[in-house]
Amino acid sequence: MATREIISTGNDLSAIAAVDAGCTFFGGYPLTPSSEVMHTISDLLPKVGGTSIQMEDEIAGICCVIGASMSGVRALTATSGPGMSLKAENLGLAQMAEVPLVCVNVMRGGPSTGLPTRVSQGDIKQASNPSHGDYRSITLCAGTLAECYTEVVRAFNLADRFMQPVIVLTDETLGHMHGKAMLPTVEEVKAGIVPRKEFTGDPKDYHPYECGPTEPAVLNPMFKGYRYHFTGLHHDKNGFPTEEIETCRKLIQRLEDKVVVHQNEIELNEEFMCDDLTGEDGEVLIIAYGSVSLAAKEAIRHLRKDGIKAGLFRPITIWPSPAKRIKHFTDKIKNVLCVELNIRQYTEEIERASSRLDLEGLYKVNGRAISPHEIVAKVKEVF
Amino acid sequence: MAYDYNKFLRMEKMPTLWCWGCGDGVILKATIRAIEKMGWNQNDVCVVSGIGCSGRFSSYLDFNTVHTTHGRTIAYATGIKLANPDKHVICVAGDGDALAIGGNHTIHGCRRNIDINFIIINNFIYGLTNSQTSPTTPQGMWTVTQKAGNIDPTFDSCDLAIAAGASFVGRETMLDPKKMEKLLVKGFSHKGFSFLEILSNCHINLGRKNKMVSAMDNLNWIDSISASKAKYDKMSEEEQLNILPLGVLKQDEKAEEYCDLYQKVIDAQQGKRGKITQDDFEKKI
Repeated sequence: MATREIISTGNDLSAIAAVDAGCTFFGGYPLTPSSEVMHTISDLLPKVGGTSIQMEDEIAGICCVIGASMSGVRALTATSGPGMSLKAENLGLAQMAEVPLVCVNVMRGGPSTGLPTRVSQGDIKQASNPSHGDYRSITLCAGTLAECYTEVVRAFNLADRFMQPVIVLTDETLGHMHGKAMLPTVEEVKAGIVPRKEFTGDPKDYHPYECGPTEPAVLNPMFKGYRYHFTGLHHDKNGFPTEEIETCRKLIQRLEDKVVVHQNEIELNEEFMCDDLTGEDGEVLIIAYGSVSLAAKEAIRHLRKDGIKAGLFRPITIWPSPAKRIKHFTDKIKNVLCVELNIRQYTEEIERASSRLDLEGLYKVNGRAISPHEIVAKVKEVF
Repeated sequence: MAYDYNKFLRMEKMPTLWCWGCGDGVILKATIRAIEKMGWNQNDVCVVSGIGCSGRFSSYLDFNTVHTTHGRTIAYATGIKLANPDKHVICVAGDGDALAIGGNHTIHGCRRNIDINFIIINNFIYGLTNSQTSPTTPQGMWTVTQKAGNIDPTFDSCDLAIAAGASFVGRETMLDPKKMEKLLVKGFSHKGFSFLEILSNCHINLGRKNKMVSAMDNLNWIDSISASKAKYDKMSEEEQLNILPLGVLKQDEKAEEYCDLYQKVIDAQQGKRGKITQDDFEKKI
């Protein structure tokens, strides 16, 4: 893989990634600590002939992005917790009507206005089902500066592949972190773009929502001669409202299955210093994600120096969760420590995946990052 | 010879779900005639609707159609138009959709003066969901949420649109489909935000407890509360209080359209022109 070195911030890298991935539309509303994404992309997009608009509120921000995406363009919005709450209903429409988009959430302390300029991972659960109803979210979680770039690129490709919103979680620490990132080249990113599927036959034979039971809809861009209907209502093969029992059931089941069945295309994890974990007594597995994993890695280096064999399992795709891989490790290793900047939000998923209720946890909800020292101390205390 | 609407209707969706005697069908037909008069290619038109009886408007028309969430038509349409400035975007919303839950988007769509044609069907009530108060329900009328009589003041949506900066504002009623069609053509022809309010009836859910149980009773009431702008201008202030003026209420052909303005941003960022400064605008504050 060819690489290039950029010195930048997480938020700027997310904006640059979108443009490199072919995004030509941004709609959003200022929201600390995500605003720099909009600051940067509002300069970048017009340079490539794209459009960036600051809308009147968070809701309008996502609505205009969905509208733009309906005509085939790659579109981005970025926000933080309060904005995610406001965007929720229309994220639901995008799930239902199968309109791809990428939504970056630079997490800050919540609930409500919370801690606007402080770090948190409090939106993990929200990201699994931000809107009402049944559907399967795809949520990626950047853990390094470089991933603020690469996960946004991956999100655009997944959004177009699965025809649905993809959420990229970063956090205040990463968003405002300034440092060196090794990135793939623009050429490599461009070469990896998977365009949306398009139907090319006779418009009379085109049924956008008539697809295999585990496949996404094939939605041709508007204005190209294939006239159909978008709606948030339950809909038939051409997108028109229906209450027909089997059609309703099949639609919602498909929204679930198109993600679950293809999880292998979506799942991405990092296993750090896990190769030599064999299941012997005293070994420690830390499960962490996002910026916390940076501290966890440093902690593991310290622990190993002190003779404690420790490794990190880090989900990069948070939802759907890598449940099987989690179980693989938690079956083998007795001492498991979950570290999160929230209270057990992902731990509960790890408990589900592992069928274990004896996991240890280190949780911090005061808006401050977790230090490697705190993790080392916790490991030594509980195991 | 009877006008052939079928070309622009999705006939397999007929009959509509609208009640017998509802004005929505009349507005649908006037919209079709106006679009045909514009000579627009069917593939180049997008109709965006929200929630309420008017929400179904888009599904009956054979264009690119979008049925959005409650109140958000203009926000969706803004994305569609900005990403496709050469296409034609028509929004349809009811009084609750456009003025209550979507009021903020209405204001800012007008303010930006983006080239969206916004048809607001004002029937003075939440019709689809059975008679809840809307921002245009007259004070003193019965609603299911204010059975003792509505105390909430109303507002004139055209006044709002004018104040917010829409460059074309007009109002007609479903009583005169020809005038409505003419207004729609004028609005569609105008480059900028066209705010097109159509007063319509809901004898079922406004009329049922407000002594207008038939469509005719409801329409007579609409007739009694509206008058052409020419007549309205001659009235005393006291008379004007209870009359909504009809016709073109504002037409500003000089106001710059938002997509055109954004092209200036593109040109500035691409070095094809200097930065945009206050000197580019007549209005400085």
